Amino acid sequence: MTGVWVAVLVTAAGCYALKLTGLVVPKGVLSNPRVRRFAELVPIALLAALVAVQSFADGQSLTIDPARLAGLGAAVIALLLRAPFLVVVVVAAGTAAVLRALGIA
Amino acid sequence: MQRARVRPVRDGVALGLAVGVSGVAFGAAAVGSGMTVAQACVLSLLAFTGASQFALAGAVAGGAGLIGGVAGAILLGSRNALYGLRLADLLPWRGVRKLIAAHGVIDETTAVTLAQPDVAAARLGFLATFVTIYLTWNLTTLLGAFGAGRLGSPQSLGIDVVGPAAFLALIWPRLRAGRTERAVGLAGAAIALATTPFLPTGMPVILAAAAAVAGALISPQPDSSRPDSPRPDSLQPEVP
Repeated sequence: MTGVWVAVLVTAAGCYALKLTGLVVPKGVLSNPRVRRFAELVPIALLAALVAVQSFADGQSLTIDPARLAGLGAAVIALLLRAPFLVVVVVAAGTAAVLRALGIA
Repeated sequence: MQRARVRPVRDGVALGLAVGVSGVAFGAAAVGSGMTVAQACVLSLLAFTGASQFALAGAVAGGAGLIGGVAGAILLGSRNALYGLRLADLLPWRGVRKLIAAHGVIDETTAVTLAQPDVAAARLGFLATFVTIYLTWNLTTLLGAFGAGRLGSPQSLGIDVVGPAAFLALIWPRLRAGRTERAVGLAGAAIALATTPFLPTGMPVILAAAAAVAGALISPQPDSSRPDSPRPDSLQPEVP
């Protein structure tokens, strides 16, 4: 539990430091187009990786959890229908919850 | 109030309320992953950037990969440094005020600030968005964290799907931005899955950053001539 607290505080410090960096560093440092592009693309790579890992992995083994995948599929449909963020999340969780409650998946 | 002052405040409060309530999803996901209510709330108060917070919650659920989880969460916050760069000239505060303003440099405040016609409106828009999202996000984090603990087991509520669904919703508008974005997303997911059996938990996600390096080297310019920050009129829902 102490480990989680350390993780929380280090993450908070790191995130704040990054926000402050942009406000205080001289413009030249981050003006390289490749650096800018990297910072633009990093969230996409990491978030896509998180979607994949949290959907298909259980620790170090790859697994398929039908309820979870159904929930994710429901999220995709909600996104295609341009649903707001919270609706997407609730639809995804609700789908998985209902399938599990019914014992279907 | 003058007309020129109404718009930035209205933009900021509207977006802040709409996005801020997503804190309930984070609070639920955090407690569902094994964090305490206090840890979820402190993270919302002090980190205050949604993607990083969801990422850390996911790492806590994974168990062993806290170091990788922290590294991934911080790496996800790197875009805020670029936002700060864009906002530096518009937010001319000094000293303690600058230190406080820095905490508010996130997707939504950047979008509202850059959309204003002049510096005075930009500052007002920044403040309105920052204050509204900060209050709403932290309040709803508390509600979500409490609610998740009371209502039942995280698995039966489908809370294990909240993280992936939230991440997908976050990158959705970016995936639609261009071919490079989609390729980087797919490559990142593939790298993470391919290395999961061989690396400690959390590391595969860090390694996925290689896809962003490749994308930046191959395609240093955005595919279309779109602005490099989200605008409110085209803004898809995102969390801070």
